Amino acid sequence: MTRKKRRLLLIGSAVAVLGVALGLVLFAMRDTIVFFYGPTELAQKNIQPGARLRIGGLVKEGSVERLASQQVRFAITDSTSDVRVSYAGLLPDLFREGQGVVAEGVLQPDRTFLADKVLAKHDERYMPREVADALKKQGVWQGEETAGAARP
Amino acid sequence: MIVEIGHYALVLALALSVIQTVLPFWGARARDASLMGIGPVAAVGVFICVAIAFGALTWAYVTSDFTVRNVVENSHSLKPLLFRITGLWGNHEGSMLLWVLVVALFGALLAVARNMAPGVLRADALAVQGLISVAFLTFIISVSNPFARLVAPPAEGQDLNPILQDIGLAIHPPLLYIGYVGFSLVFAFAAAALIGGRIDAIWARAVRPWCLIAWAFLTLGIAMGSYWAYYELGWGGFWFWDPVENASFMPWLSGTALLHSILVMEKRDALKVWTILLAILTFSLSLLGAFLVRSGVLTSVHAFATDPGRGLFILAILVFFIGGGFALFAWRAPLLKTGGLFAPVSREGALVVNNLLLATACATVFIGTLYPLALEGLTGDKISVGPPFYDATFVPLAMALLLLIPFGQALAWKRGDLAGAVSRLLFVMGLSIVACLAIVFMQHGGPVLAVIGLWLGIFVFVGGVNEILSRSWKRGASLSVVLRRAAGLPRSAWGAAVAHAGVGVCVIGLAAQAWSIETLASVRPGQPLAVGPYEVVLTDSFSRQVANYREDVARFHVLQGGAIIRTVDASKRFFPARNTSTTEAGISTIGLGQVYVALGDAGEHGLGVRLYWKPWVLLIWIGAVIAAIGGALSFSDRRLRVGAPTRGRRKQPAAKDATAMATVAAQ
Repeated sequence: MTRKKRRLLLIGSAVAVLGVALGLVLFAMRDTIVFFYGPTELAQKNIQPGARLRIGGLVKEGSVERLASQQVRFAITDSTSDVRVSYAGLLPDLFREGQGVVAEGVLQPDRTFLADKVLAKHDERYMPREVADALKKQGVWQGEETAGAARP
Repeated sequence: MIVEIGHYALVLALALSVIQTVLPFWGARARDASLMGIGPVAAVGVFICVAIAFGALTWAYVTSDFTVRNVVENSHSLKPLLFRITGLWGNHEGSMLLWVLVVALFGALLAVARNMAPGVLRADALAVQGLISVAFLTFIISVSNPFARLVAPPAEGQDLNPILQDIGLAIHPPLLYIGYVGFSLVFAFAAAALIGGRIDAIWARAVRPWCLIAWAFLTLGIAMGSYWAYYELGWGGFWFWDPVENASFMPWLSGTALLHSILVMEKRDALKVWTILLAILTFSLSLLGAFLVRSGVLTSVHAFATDPGRGLFILAILVFFIGGGFALFAWRAPLLKTGGLFAPVSREGALVVNNLLLATACATVFIGTLYPLALEGLTGDKISVGPPFYDATFVPLAMALLLLIPFGQALAWKRGDLAGAVSRLLFVMGLSIVACLAIVFMQHGGPVLAVIGLWLGIFVFVGGVNEILSRSWKRGASLSVVLRRAAGLPRSAWGAAVAHAGVGVCVIGLAAQAWSIETLASVRPGQPLAVGPYEVVLTDSFSRQVANYREDVARFHVLQGGAIIRTVDASKRFFPARNTSTTEAGISTIGLGQVYVALGDAGEHGLGVRLYWKPWVLLIWIGAVIAAIGGALSFSDRRLRVGAPTRGRRKQPAAKDATAMATVAAQ
């Protein structure tokens, strides 16, 4: 095999692998990406049911209902709009009424949200950033002090 | 007083690291041996100073000195001693101090290591390493001072995030940092080679041990982080493709590629420019990880403080080193003498494909991690890229790579014989297929992808074992001869085989998770729940007060065929200092699998529980540990030390082949 052919083979295989990877990435980008919305955005943007989404905001005070077999219903609010969420599973430790939360799942035809994943903050000092941004947009952000110790 | 000494030592370390940067660099240009000789002394000095600073902060934590702001924010006098010490790096300032400590440690190790690299190269590498110390020490002293005092000290601290109050915090960050930062020295060597304009097999030999150390520690660090997340977060998962995890995984992928390409450079004097590029890239990805994690761009348990000034500073460091590294590369790389080309079917050809796949896989993770950030910056749309993305992009590439491992190992350098390699692997393939089918049959089938993954894992594992066996076993040889021959194989050959086998073991564990079982229910005492081949029954619940938290414990029995085989406690802990609770999953290891019990809330329907049976789950981490051991074995190979006396007479053919293999290995 000549030098030239070897070099061509090397470049050819590199291009082939990169091409395949690019194809995979573009293909995956179309189907696997999950958009994040706050309750108000969700109401305004007229999103089709069946789409996989993440929604975030505060757990509405007094909205948490615990049903049989670990079913939970609650509402996520940004104080302008609410979304009803139902979820089957264990809630994270820092899930509380009035606290920031992110739910991932599918929007139902009746505009409720069926979550299969609920994420809260890792630490009581911090708010999930998407939630903080969504709340800021609605003007209900109250800063960093939400719960626990204030920082000196 | 001790705190002031620590602060002072840090400033001294900065001054010394400036000396470490300037004098050896100047000496290398002026060919002045005495100036170059100052480099190692300064590097050791920097390390001693940073170690003193680290010790002083540790002291403040151990004695609960609440005049120090960092201690107040992250400690509590009731916290157990171990967590008081580890709390040091469970926060922004302390973790950056640990980072600098490791940077200085590697500088000092290079300074004291003998015969590792020729003079000018070593001096330049020390200078670049010194520059990294300068950057991070300046950062710490100017905007992230861990020694800042409080004017009005409180009587009690605010305690550490309860999730971090775990033995995992003692192990995961130091391991990970040694891995991350270890690549800084590899970067320093690459920059030094570019500055000197010379790069050859000696460079490769000098760099490879450092690369191996960093790689082995990074492997352990990632594995430990994964296991920690698995038992602490209580979701039963061990890898979430979270940006923070990806931040550590990307340097691992490119570091693995680097490990293999260095081998080609050492053996065949080829892939030089690519290897340099990978070295720069790997450390750049480490820095990117530090930036993503520490700057508050991402929200996670790792993002301690979201101070924009700090984020900007780290960004500046990132831009300086990555930009500087690539500018140097663009300027000097064309001057490097490129090596020869080689046959596509050969060990080095296989290593090129390995590099191609690893680099591409790394790129897919990179896109998945940064695309959401870029999109938000550009359009304001918030998206998240989760496991489905990586399943569709990373996993196929990884599978192709796994398939290649045993073939690469079986090919010879220079001119490989593909048909020969395949025929030598026929037995391995047959054995792995039979083993895989037997397992799948016993499990009554399973998803296709999982079966393929299982087979690949077994294939890679058996391929690794075969690599040692085929080189030590001959028909008719007695056992003692075989053992002697196996023991006589070079360490790097063992390293490669062991590391590859470890990868196989890990993949088997990952694939086996397709057969895991999950049950969600509310239970009352005495009411058994089936999970996989076992039954779990709640027997007792009680509360207890431990050190700095209160704990509600639920005790379960694990039954097999009606007989109690294990007792497992799951609990909820409440930490009054932070008004926070955590869930501690109850985990019971049965063979290589685990029964995993996570608690939910108690309600009128009983106690909420999520139960998992995870067959062979331990293999995931055992495999990673085996792989790291392979890296250590390869590291211990005497032939890696330039100028080290060779034991006995050189065994020509066998020896040559040996180191070679080490590369394909280290995954």
